[in-house]
Amino acid sequence: MARYIALIVAFVIMLGIFVVGLDRDPTKLPSPLIDKPAPEYELPRVKDPLSTVGSADYAGQMVLVNIWATWCVGCRAEHDYLLQLAARSEIPIYGINWRDERDAALSWLLQLGDPYVASAYDEDGRVGIDWGVYGAPETFLISAGGSVMYKHVGPMNEATWQGEFQPRIAGQTGAIR
Amino acid sequence: MNRILVLCVALLISLTASAIDTGAAFEDPEMQARYENLISEVRCLVCQNQAIKDSNVFLAADLRREIRRMMTEGMSDAEIADFLVARYGDFVLYNPRKSGRTLILWITPALLLGVGAFVIVRVVRDRMKLPIDDDALKS
Repeated sequence: MARYIALIVAFVIMLGIFVVGLDRDPTKLPSPLIDKPAPEYELPRVKDPLSTVGSADYAGQMVLVNIWATWCVGCRAEHDYLLQLAARSEIPIYGINWRDERDAALSWLLQLGDPYVASAYDEDGRVGIDWGVYGAPETFLISAGGSVMYKHVGPMNEATWQGEFQPRIAGQTGAIR
Repeated sequence: MNRILVLCVALLISLTASAIDTGAAFEDPEMQARYENLISEVRCLVCQNQAIKDSNVFLAADLRREIRRMMTEGMSDAEIADFLVARYGDFVLYNPRKSGRTLILWITPALLLGVGAFVIVRVVRDRMKLPIDDDALKS
């Protein structure tokens, strides 16, 4: 009898492990940057290659940093939502244009609209590597103190904003929303 | 027979088409060997079941370039691994480093093997104790 109980317990434990583990999406990797200082960078602007934009520009502010590219289908999918977010003035959004062509990026912003305070032009992807970017779009929530609070891989949408970003923002500012 | 031979040679040659970097990255054979070893141990996070040695997406090319840069700057294999893990997490290495978190990854197979062996021993021993004669079976 004891043997059967032991087997059943072992089975239940393994069942638990599989139910939890197999439900996870292996393409969504947890970021090792969470709760660490966000990478510092300074890059030429997409819209004005002679001036720069970087982490110094948003020091002391809570911001979103959005990694995007014109060749990225998910970025096109989330673009309209980013425009909505920017229009609501909830939080400044800084873009990093990753591994893209400046001309294409400029056309994109002109034709589709520009939700960003500014977009940095990361031509060779070096800054992307510092952020641990492996697939656009990726959106980071940066605290006013400059640490990474959250990373979202994939297109941004209202559900993610409400479920993951809002609670963390409210937690930081202490505001009741 | 000749045709089969030609076909085999053609197939073998076509395998070289999967070589990503054109030509060796380093002139020094030791550095080159170290480089090739490193890039076969780093996972391409986009494809996830390929090393950056075999993948030709942006990320793989960028990481290969960064590894070359770090090697020419004199960083050791461990320092390069630290650099990558700090940005991408333990998953980026095919052989995860032994740390508190990855301990469970390394121990579990040994543990399961041990449990399995224990069960087998128990079952076999119990079976050996049973009489051969069916009439004498007690449950």
